[in-house]
Amino acid sequence: MKILIKNGHIIDPSQQIDGIGDVLIEEEKIKGVRSQKQNELRTQNSELRTIDAKGMFVIPGLIDMHTHLREPGLEYKETIKTGTLAAVKGGFTTVCCMPNTNPVNDHASVTEFILKRASEEGYCSVFPIGAITKGQKGEELAEIGTMKDAGCVAFSDDGRPVMNSLLMRRALEYSKIFGVPIISHCEDTNLSEGGVMNEGLLSTTLGLKGMPDVAEEVMVARDIALAELTGGRLHIAHVSTEGSVRLIRDAKERGINITAETCPHYFSITEDAVKGYNTNAKVNPPLRTKKDVEAIKKGLKDGTIDIIATDHAPHRIDEKLREFDFAPSGISGLETALSLSLRLVEEGVLTASQMVEKMSLNPARILGSLITHHLSLVAGSKGTLKPGADADVVIVDTIKEFKVEAEKFVSKGKNTPFDGWMLKGIPIITISMGRMYEWQ
Amino acid sequence: MIKKDLLGIKELTVEEINLILDTAAGFKDVLGRDIKKVPALRGRTAVNLFFEPSTRTRTSFELAAKRLSTDVINFSVPTSSVVKGESLIDTALTIQALGADFVIIRHSSSGVPHLLAKSLRASVINAGDGMNEHPTQALLDSFTIREKKGRIEGLTVAIVGDVCHSRVAKSNIYALTKLGARARLIGPPTLIPEEIVSLGVEVFHNIDEGLKAVDVIMVLRIQMERQGKGFFPSTEEYFKNWGLTSDRLSLAKDDAIVMHPGPMNRGVEIASDVADGPKSVILKQVTNGLAVRMAVLYLLAGVHE
Repeated sequence: MKILIKNGHIIDPSQQIDGIGDVLIEEEKIKGVRSQKQNELRTQNSELRTIDAKGMFVIPGLIDMHTHLREPGLEYKETIKTGTLAAVKGGFTTVCCMPNTNPVNDHASVTEFILKRASEEGYCSVFPIGAITKGQKGEELAEIGTMKDAGCVAFSDDGRPVMNSLLMRRALEYSKIFGVPIISHCEDTNLSEGGVMNEGLLSTTLGLKGMPDVAEEVMVARDIALAELTGGRLHIAHVSTEGSVRLIRDAKERGINITAETCPHYFSITEDAVKGYNTNAKVNPPLRTKKDVEAIKKGLKDGTIDIIATDHAPHRIDEKLREFDFAPSGISGLETALSLSLRLVEEGVLTASQMVEKMSLNPARILGSLITHHLSLVAGSKGTLKPGADADVVIVDTIKEFKVEAEKFVSKGKNTPFDGWMLKGIPIITISMGRMYEWQ
Repeated sequence: MIKKDLLGIKELTVEEINLILDTAAGFKDVLGRDIKKVPALRGRTAVNLFFEPSTRTRTSFELAAKRLSTDVINFSVPTSSVVKGESLIDTALTIQALGADFVIIRHSSSGVPHLLAKSLRASVINAGDGMNEHPTQALLDSFTIREKKGRIEGLTVAIVGDVCHSRVAKSNIYALTKLGARARLIGPPTLIPEEIVSLGVEVFHNIDEGLKAVDVIMVLRIQMERQGKGFFPSTEEYFKNWGLTSDRLSLAKDDAIVMHPGPMNRGVEIASDVADGPKSVILKQVTNGLAVRMAVLYLLAGVHE
């Protein structure tokens, strides 16, 4: 099938395109992009679907570097099918799924299972992230090389940070030969022990055990030091504090090769969302304070933070409907991430092009070396609208206002602190590997 | 009272606190009579839902309810289906289906009463939730202070000990500041969160300075499990630095009173001679607890009328 998207506002930072034009898709690939002054895109096939995208953003499909698809083992929370459906609904055409499944993705056989399932049932591209250590136990390295060959694009123990500094050093050293990033969930679990929200006056008045911001920051500092020592590829997951932003900014200024991500909830809301013991606002790292939100925005603006990821963490509703202490952490984020990020564009924190960079081009760059070899895709095939790239395109109605209705999420996880929010801007068409999904 | 539940002092207005204290004064008279039972809440049912061990608070609520002619069911965790994996909400709904008008809840997790209050029609009374609040304790403490001192406004009240983990301290801080007293918190920095000064209290790490010229001293229980967690090295060192001794008590005003929510660790947070001494009102607190809990049940019942 061929698809011609006409008259849209094309934003493709990989080619510095930010203007009105057309995009032509043939089968699974981008055929070409034409800005208004150039010649008509030519296609001979009569089987052409034309979409008028006047007034809409036309952007490369978003890439989520931090998703929990829960399969295998936790299918009651989410499956590869429902999670990737939520992804395309949210404008994501690629998701990188974290290894904390059951069994843990710490072995090529699990990676293969995920990829097989994704090819059978997935609505978008799925790139697994392997565990750094066997069983995410922080004791011995998993088979990083073999898992990379099987299709893992990065390695992380995610919610179970590698507390052993020597092992983290080894992981950063060893992974170098494979060119894969090590993604660090930065949390000193001794400092954060038992914590369920940000530490501060609010945790005291709610009587909840706090996790101090320094629990994140000492690990960011440690991992930066280890990255400097080893020259390994460190990517810092879900940055939530002012201090972390400062540490990463300093490290980058000193030329240390690190990247960092944050999530929409860390620049959209504060710990105040926890008031009333709202378990849908329980997330790890925890929601912080106004000064942290401001610092995160500043870090996004000045390039300290490279990526906006979702940390999509779906849970079944009754798991959240319980004691705050015992409710699991996490926010179902795929279906609100783009709309929340568009608020940054509206506020002038980011240009639209910068937003696309952080949600599509930069993740593609960071994962780039992997995408080259993986599943025989060609280099640079994601995160761009260049001819020959994968036909991953999203058409966004940036004017449309809508109410977030958690119960209408296609994800199994309805756990969001944004339920009932009025947001502006929503994907109306997502094309993933040439397959088109329309929402309105 | 206009609210359905008693979740915490945080949620109460000054008027509501005073109404409870005034009502409690009436019930205290009842408790002094030969026949200590009134028919005020006949036909009602209260359920004590205690997920943490407690003798005094549970017994106090039970007796308070019985003095008002309310039927009481004690639902304790080891004998319930909670051990079979039933969720908290399901347990509470089951209890409501049995016709409970009051659910008196104690739980080790903060916010559990709030969670139940949202899902239950019954009045939920917080009998202590995690590190959040223990509102009836603060009410009985205020009642006791008012009884002994004739007022609360303008008094200086020292709270000594593990403020960080203490729901009693939190509820008392809210009650005292709302009622116009000056609250001082005394203890090691590990047990007093720095940011708590935003609540309008003063913090002293040195007990001798903190106790100077205070009207009331509330001593908090030191939980033995805090030992070995780095909050303080040993109970001996704690007592040496923050235990209430008669020497330290002499720094307070001559007519100062000494309070403790119980159960006490003698020789850890309080010296025996102080606990049993003439300034101690610790047993009066227990008696007043009955009157205050009767008042709370009585006033909450009015909501259903």
